[in-house]
Amino acid sequence: MSCSRRQFLKDVVGGGLVAALPASAFVFISSDEAKAALAETKVRWAFLVDTTKCTGCGFCVTACKNENEIPFDAPVTRTWVERYVVTKDGQTHADSPMGGRDGFTQREIHGQEIEPEDIDKAYFVPKLCNQCDNPACVQVCPVGATYQTPDGVVLIDREWCIGCGYCIMACPYGVRFFHPVKKVADKCNFCYHRITKGLQPACVQSCAFGARRIANLRDPDDPVTKIITTERVAVLKDEYGTKPNVFYIGLDENVR
Amino acid sequence: MKRHVLHPLWVAIGLVGLILLARVFMVPDDFGVHGPSFTYNYYRLSNIQEWKNFPVKYRGKESCAECHEDKIRMTRRSPHKRIECENCHGPALDHPDDIEFLPTNQDRALCLRCHASLEYPNNARSDLPAIVDRHHKRNRACVDCHNPHNPREDAE
Repeated sequence: MSCSRRQFLKDVVGGGLVAALPASAFVFISSDEAKAALAETKVRWAFLVDTTKCTGCGFCVTACKNENEIPFDAPVTRTWVERYVVTKDGQTHADSPMGGRDGFTQREIHGQEIEPEDIDKAYFVPKLCNQCDNPACVQVCPVGATYQTPDGVVLIDREWCIGCGYCIMACPYGVRFFHPVKKVADKCNFCYHRITKGLQPACVQSCAFGARRIANLRDPDDPVTKIITTERVAVLKDEYGTKPNVFYIGLDENVR
Repeated sequence: MKRHVLHPLWVAIGLVGLILLARVFMVPDDFGVHGPSFTYNYYRLSNIQEWKNFPVKYRGKESCAECHEDKIRMTRRSPHKRIECENCHGPALDHPDDIEFLPTNQDRALCLRCHASLEYPNNARSDLPAIVDRHHKRNRACVDCHNPHNPREDAE
């Protein structure tokens, strides 16, 4: 193999440049910075839904809409309650009129009357943002308008969002929607303005039955964290690998 | 190199330079990676504080108790003690400073959220006292006969 002096020099300079590039990507942090980063992770918000306690009154949805200034009569909501009725013929009937905003007061599901004697089981499932460890919605944002805070909540920067809607398509749980007034993507943020002040999220506070509870997973003495870690809980759509942080007690296989 | 090649090249380089210059002015100083992952933590840091400053509307029962202790005491003896005042009276906001009287929802539909009969086996809803709306005093308000603060007593 022959090699001219010119070619040799070119290769050395070029190769040196390529080798230098990744080296600049390494960031060395001081011990103080490392400590500060650890201190930020004293809180990891999570949520517990006990579907066996939910009665489908929908006060959580009303409270959420009022608290978070979501247009009341627009067909969008940050949290919603689904009703599932499994009949003896093996069929599953599910509905969520206006997200359950006005509660479930009718027997009819999509105009179909279901007689009580035909019902095997029926239950209500409240849904909200799962504040995933690996949020698919954040990955797809082309402008860095949505992100995960150090305490695990996924927020949307309303100043920065361009309303492209990628995140709305990416969320496997369908919790994101286009805010009809602000013209940006919107979703549940566990009432970030409330939990960071020591208050409970509006939906948790308004629930008369204790079906919704907020937890700090980093606090082993938190009673709700104890339930999540020691009792039998499930998450929605585990197979997507998003690592959701809304845990359910009494989750049935028919829930989608 | 020929002119017809060079000219567009200068224009292209100029455009890139302009965009880079505009970027310096348009991207906020606190925009960047704030956390362990570029994928999930690439954002404008001050937005966290902006969300924390979002106004609270629901104040909670403890806040109501500061002035309305008598009503709270009434609910304490009742099965309705678990219900937040603001579920029926509406979000307090800065009441009484900004809103003197909170509009109370006395609609039948509000009571029916829990008390409309749905016969579901093994469901917490079926444990609540319930009516079939069209069969029970169709044109009366619930509060005409039932005291919402303590439904075991008659209306005030």
